[in-house]
Amino acid sequence: MKLQGRQTWKFGSEVYLNSTGTAVGPMESEGPLGALFDVRYNDLHCNEKNWELAERRLMEDSIASCLSKAKLTNDDINFFLAGDLLNQVVTANYVARGNEIPFLGIFGACSTSMESLAVGAALVDGGFAQRVVAAVSSHNATAERQFRYPTEYGGQKPDTATFTVTGAGAALISNEPSPIRITSATIGRVQDLGIKDPFDMGSAMAPAAADTIMTHLKETGMAAEDYDLIVTGDLSGVGAPIVKMLLKEKGIDVSNNHRDCGLMVYRPDQEVFAGGSGCGCSAVVTYGHLVKELMSGSLKRILVIATGALLNPTMIQQKESIPTIAHAVALEGIKGGSN
Amino acid sequence: MSNKEQQQEYAKKIKPLQPKPPYFINCLKAYLVGGLICVIGEALMKFYMTYFNFNEETAGNPTAATLILIAALLTGIGVYDKIGQFGGAGSAVPVTGFANAVTSAALEHKSEGIVLGIATNLFKLAGSVIVFGAVAAYIFGMIRYAFKTLM
Amino acid sequence: MDYLWAFLVGGAICVVGQLLIDIFKLTPAHVTTSFVVLGALLDAFGIYDNLIKFAGAGATVPITSFGHNLLHGAMASAEDHGFIGIAMGIFELTSAGISSAILFGFLVALIFKPKG
Repeated sequence: MKLQGRQTWKFGSEVYLNSTGTAVGPMESEGPLGALFDVRYNDLHCNEKNWELAERRLMEDSIASCLSKAKLTNDDINFFLAGDLLNQVVTANYVARGNEIPFLGIFGACSTSMESLAVGAALVDGGFAQRVVAAVSSHNATAERQFRYPTEYGGQKPDTATFTVTGAGAALISNEPSPIRITSATIGRVQDLGIKDPFDMGSAMAPAAADTIMTHLKETGMAAEDYDLIVTGDLSGVGAPIVKMLLKEKGIDVSNNHRDCGLMVYRPDQEVFAGGSGCGCSAVVTYGHLVKELMSGSLKRILVIATGALLNPTMIQQKESIPTIAHAVALEGIKGGSN
Repeated sequence: MSNKEQQQEYAKKIKPLQPKPPYFINCLKAYLVGGLICVIGEALMKFYMTYFNFNEETAGNPTAATLILIAALLTGIGVYDKIGQFGGAGSAVPVTGFANAVTSAALEHKSEGIVLGIATNLFKLAGSVIVFGAVAAYIFGMIRYAFKTLM
Repeated sequence: MDYLWAFLVGGAICVVGQLLIDIFKLTPAHVTTSFVVLGALLDAFGIYDNLIKFAGAGATVPITSFGHNLLHGAMASAEDHGFIGIAMGIFELTSAGISSAILFGFLVALIFKPKG
């Protein structure tokens, strides 16, 4: 049985993360991880005519660099799993129109990065696919204009607000051996503790992250210390301390090995309020930075928990609170790893 | 789905971890930015009264129009949103904030075309001000006029 | 002196707006719509005119003066035409503001590109 407990998938030994590709905008290029990203634009429009085209370019670039590193073409891929933050996952749809790979559109807000990786790994492990590409993207301006206000609107944002990462990440999953194994994944439950403020998504998402981490550890029988790093997606400066507190209450101490992608992608002096967010946030940090650490052996085993606020402006205006979700994927570097 | 008690408990628990808005600093910035915009308005009023044929009653019109033009241009070159982040209500409450709401909405929807994008969305954010203003003025006007005729 | 009063009164109105945003968690749109209604209400009691005499642009530049102008135009026209005059005159005094916002907003949107 590959199912462990109620919601955790334990993959066989034959699921690998073969290659990754990342593409980012100007703020992310200037961030502390800037040099690690494959494609970097110093123009928020990414040389395109409008914001939506810019986001599409980022996703296409991330896939292109992922496949070129693996020396593969679109025709070699069985399935393309992708999603983004925009309505009807338009970025993913239009990228899929271009690359003509059999396509499954996926939406889990900012958790889409790990959702697509987990589902892709399950397809490969189950023998339903040989090679899968999982990709996500987000763009600061497309997100602003869809979820909040026009980009040039002078509304003041509070310090709890997050800054949507302009970036895309793509990963190639297959059964062909590579230095990184995808070992397990825990699918999260939707949590909602009544936070209604769309400018405070860290507080809204922390319970989802805590629930998924706890469940993952329980169902896999692992301890928090077994992971060199437990990385949450975009809890930011507000949500990160909350998740630590929630886990501590349950007797899980992650104070030494927890980090948050939203706090890693920007320098503290960049004006990004509480930190980065968006599915591009966890994707570029995982696929651009953490994967390299796994390959070099400086990290052996990590758990990435991508957190998603399933935010909809209409629902917020109808006084609904924000449902949130978190999906976890465990990655293991083979070099110096346990097997 | 969580119940009310769980929600309240969570809200209480995370309160110390959530940064509070810096009330005093925000108010100070709003005062400075808002006051400064009004000073520019005062200078414009004096200018129109001195060099053109406007009196105290009518000088408000070209003043508002000029401020709106300045705010629209600042929105176009991508500066007004930065002023807004700094000034908060100080840049939202003056008439320049109205111009920014109109211009930013129009500009953002440019990619959907001139008719369905720019023109349709022009009042997306600022429309509520006109609606509430007109309805309020209508009702207050009726009441005041009724009083006047009855008295 | 005029400048000082404009600064003090205009700034103070904005501070009220800032407190509504920070403490009562209103959106800027809620604040501006409330202020327009407030401006009309103050004018209904004849208070806003005194504020303008006192503070000049400090009272005419904030969006509250939009509500004041709407009612003022309506009342002036009601003098001549009765109840129908309210409808006729409501946009009389605010015409310059609204038409220039439409014109400049449209032109800027045509010329510029959003910067993000």
